[in-house]
Amino acid sequence: MANPAARGAVGEPFTVDIERGKIREFAFATRSASPAYWDDERPVVPPTFLTTQMFWESWAGEASNPWHVVELDQQRGMHAEQEYVFYGPPPRAGDRLTAQSRIGDVYSKQGSRGTLTFAVMITEYRDESGRLVAEARLTGVEAAPPAGRS
Amino acid sequence: MTAPPAPPAPLVVGPLTRTDFVRYQGASGDFNPLHHDETFARAAGYEAPLAVGMFNAGLLASYATDWLGAEAVRRFRIRFRNRVWPGDTVTCTGVLVRQYEQDGSLLADVELTCITQEGVVAVQAWATFERGQA
Repeated sequence: MANPAARGAVGEPFTVDIERGKIREFAFATRSASPAYWDDERPVVPPTFLTTQMFWESWAGEASNPWHVVELDQQRGMHAEQEYVFYGPPPRAGDRLTAQSRIGDVYSKQGSRGTLTFAVMITEYRDESGRLVAEARLTGVEAAPPAGRS
Repeated sequence: MTAPPAPPAPLVVGPLTRTDFVRYQGASGDFNPLHHDETFARAAGYEAPLAVGMFNAGLLASYATDWLGAEAVRRFRIRFRNRVWPGDTVTCTGVLVRQYEQDGSLLADVELTCITQEGVVAVQAWATFERGQA
C-alpha cells in the first residue's frame, strides 16, 4: 500500500551527462527516421530520452531516488502517466545536467475495480548555470491485479 | 501564421518482437524483467513479456519529432492505456489540435495515438511544439 507520508520527500541531486551515442541508441530503438541523430555533433535529446536518468540515478545511489519512499506495491504498481516539459530547446549531446527528484502528490481515487492510489514524482533538470531546462513528471498507480490476455 | 506541415504517413511498427523490447530496455535503462523474461512474466500472471509502455511512447515521440522537429518540442505528456504484446503491430498517428500565440511564441498542440492492429489504444500523448516567434 502506498505511503501518503511520502509526499514532499526529496532526493539528493545527481549528475546526468547527455551523451551522443546514448541519444543515437535511443533514437534507433524508438525508430526515428531523423538523420540528425546520426549526423549532428550535438543533437537534442528525443522527447522521452530523459527516462535514461535511471542509469545515473542508480549510480548515484538510493538517496537520489525518492520513489521507493512511496512504497507502491511491486505486483500492482504501474506507470500511469509521464510528462516532459522543456524550457526552450531540449538538452543536447555534451550537456551536463544536475537532476533532483521529489515526491509530489500521493492520492486515492475510487475506480471501477476498487481504490486506485496515485503518486507523482517530479524531477528537475538544471544546466551548469543553474537554469531549469527540463522537468519530468512520473505518475504511478497501484492498480488491480494483472489479467492475462483473453 | 503559417500552418504546420500536414501529419506524415502513420508510423507502423511490427509485428513487435521481444528483441524490440530488449533493444529499448538497453537504450533506456529500464530492465524490469516483465518485459523480456518469459519465466518471470508468466509467474506474474502474464501470457508473455509485455511491451514497455515507454517504448510505445518513444515511437509516438519519434513520429511527432520527425513531423515537427526535435528542437521544437516544449511539452510531451503520455498516458498509458492498454498493454501491447509480442506479435502486435502498432500504428502511430497524430493530428494538429490548435495553433496559437503565447508569450511571443507561436505554439502548436498535437494529439498523438498509438493503436494496435485490433484498434485498441495503447498509448496517447499530447505534445506542444514551438513554431517560431509570433
